[in-house]
Amino acid sequence: MKLELGYVNIHDIQFADQSKVEGGVLYVNKEDIKNLVLEDENIKSVELEIAKPGDSIRIMPVKDVIEPRCKVEGPGDIFPGVISKVDTVGSGKTNVLRGSAVVTTGKIVAFQEGIIDMSGEGAQYTPFSQTNNLVLVLEPREGMDQHEHEKAVRMAGLKTAKFLGELAKDVTPDETEVFETYGVKEGMEKMPNLPRVAYVQMLQSQGLMHDTYVYGVDAKRTLSTIMNPTEGMDGAIVSGNCVSACDKNTTYHHLNNPVVKDLFAQHGKTLNFVGMILTNENVYLADKQRSSDWTAKLCRWLDLDGAVVSQEGFGNPDTDLIMNCKKIEEQGVKTVIITDEYAGQDGKSQSLADADPKADAVVTGGNANMVIHLPKMDKVIGYPETANIIAGGHEGSLNEDGSIDAELQVITGATNELGFNKLSAR
Amino acid sequence: MSKIRVVHYINQFFANIGGEEKADIKPELHVGEVIGPGMAFKAQFKDEAEIVATIVCGDSYFGENTKEATATIMEMIKEQKPDLFIAGPAFNAGRYGFACGNICKAVHDELGIPVLTGMYKENPGTDYAKDVLMVSTKNSAAGMRDAVGKMAPLALKLAKGEEIGASAVEGYIPNGIRKNFFEEERGSKRAVDMLLKKLAGKEYVTEYPMPNFDRVAPNPAVKDMAHATIALVTSGGIVPKGNPDHIESSSASHYGKYDIEGVMDLTSDTYETAHGGYDPSYANADPDRVLPVDVLRDLEKEGRIGKLHRYFYTTVGNGTAVASAKAFAEEFSKELKADGVDAVILTST
Repeated sequence: MKLELGYVNIHDIQFADQSKVEGGVLYVNKEDIKNLVLEDENIKSVELEIAKPGDSIRIMPVKDVIEPRCKVEGPGDIFPGVISKVDTVGSGKTNVLRGSAVVTTGKIVAFQEGIIDMSGEGAQYTPFSQTNNLVLVLEPREGMDQHEHEKAVRMAGLKTAKFLGELAKDVTPDETEVFETYGVKEGMEKMPNLPRVAYVQMLQSQGLMHDTYVYGVDAKRTLSTIMNPTEGMDGAIVSGNCVSACDKNTTYHHLNNPVVKDLFAQHGKTLNFVGMILTNENVYLADKQRSSDWTAKLCRWLDLDGAVVSQEGFGNPDTDLIMNCKKIEEQGVKTVIITDEYAGQDGKSQSLADADPKADAVVTGGNANMVIHLPKMDKVIGYPETANIIAGGHEGSLNEDGSIDAELQVITGATNELGFNKLSAR
Repeated sequence: MSKIRVVHYINQFFANIGGEEKADIKPELHVGEVIGPGMAFKAQFKDEAEIVATIVCGDSYFGENTKEATATIMEMIKEQKPDLFIAGPAFNAGRYGFACGNICKAVHDELGIPVLTGMYKENPGTDYAKDVLMVSTKNSAAGMRDAVGKMAPLALKLAKGEEIGASAVEGYIPNGIRKNFFEEERGSKRAVDMLLKKLAGKEYVTEYPMPNFDRVAPNPAVKDMAHATIALVTSGGIVPKGNPDHIESSSASHYGKYDIEGVMDLTSDTYETAHGGYDPSYANADPDRVLPVDVLRDLEKEGRIGKLHRYFYTTVGNGTAVASAKAFAEEFSKELKADGVDAVILTST
């Protein structure tokens, strides 16, 4: 399967009378977005804000971040099975509004969701301080159940991103990049001497605010499966979670999966990137056993030499991570796992909730318990008082002067386990 | 500002006294003398710090008379009123590494001043790495320049009370304290590079060595449940509605103890979960799902258990450090024992 990504570089975003992409600027007509979002009767109101790199702006609580993309050629459309028909995506051509993002916020659904600071100390920990963001402040209809609330906010973000993406359908990209994977036999013939490597992506699937969707299917109701890596670039995987936002994958992360990118960078040179295996992180032990058994079985069946395994979340999924690692290694397939750590505020505690000697090659995204001070921002989009209850905050996290003292885990994407960032720990 | 006062410890070999044949010399104090590797430190310290004395001791003497040698050396160090103590570097010399680690620990524990040593990662003296900051050096004295190059700036930072960065940045042997820092490459690239090395059978370094996992063996079964007092303990975050003690939704800093005398059933009006790590809607609708008070009341009525303990203990397991969880349990398990509880049902989420 072969996909060409066309990067349309966006260096500014502005409100305007007409929505369009021109000269690297994303112009947004507020009414276009409001009309689109308010089609959903579960959304009572939506306010639009702009947050650019360097602004003295804090966005919180952040629900999801999505990169606008659009299908230019080839079957299917962005976010298949969710807001587009369920056709297989990942081939043809796709345009990407690189440097822009849609950020959803609003009244909190539960204790969760993260913070994005566009400048100051916190900005260095989140990739979304570097994007030109259109922020949707969404208020749900009153009396709505939490699951419906989450869904309404999720869909509003995806629809907006798709709308913005389509503004660049006819724009000539600044840069293009081609990604191609092959069938099993074809790949072996093309690269007979290169090690066969797959990417095992573990998807958070523990329930409300912990869900992920693959072609619209709730990942907790799936068996481990195989996917072409380019499918993810067209939005085959969508985030429904943001708990302890530091190590949850936003939809933006799925679209720009760095493991996929870095394996493609070596594809045909030092390794044969065979494909992706998707597996879930359910709460029941039987599910964990079944999913990790299937993952190991698929690794063997693909005749892999090696696999990169990425986790999402921490604690309970540490068990899934170690089970996957152990069982894949037992199939004779070498693994590297990517995780993050909860080593306590002093860094002295054991970092994971499970361990095994077979997990001898670990990459870490850093200690999420580290305490940080986030200075006051001139403007807060959303609800600053949630600092006292979000995961990583405590009663008193929000100081009188508007600054916040909390653990790193409050920051969206800070210790990402796809290896999106440079942050690490020793 | 006056210069930082440093006392430096070296063995007979680096003091140019001799090799194995002189390894039995007793501790010597050289006030005002900078000897051997001390010269390299002096050059690096410039005007910021000064080696006020050098202590020399034979490795065999120290190894065979550890107690007396340590006591003597400690007296020598105290007299000099140092701000900082440096030992070595010992490279791969085992007895020298042992002496460096041992004395550094003693100085740190007794005098409370910062200490630093350096040695090769396989030196047996690295047994002290959890207690004593030690720079990772090459395995022979040919690595002196490199070792002192890392040790001197780190020593100054320690003496000035500056924050010490991650082991990979500062060059010390991992001491079990995890510290964040920014790598040069993103994590996914590091993972792919590590896998390529692993596939090629080349050496690679894991970023998180797996710890020895603490597995708890269950106690023997309770024989007489009908007369046993059973307590409920949970990491599922069930608290009285409103979370009166503000237990954090993640990385809990404390636990709660709540009276359930006369409470037959936990309802959505009276209890809720403070836990931020799982879908709370079902626990909030019926908190008995996580803390089964209703069922235990039934068992109490049916005479299948003696009684349900009057208090339950609760915290949030989400993102809470294992060390914190252990400390909570060490505290409240004493109370449970003192209160005559025979068994605990521990529910997690």
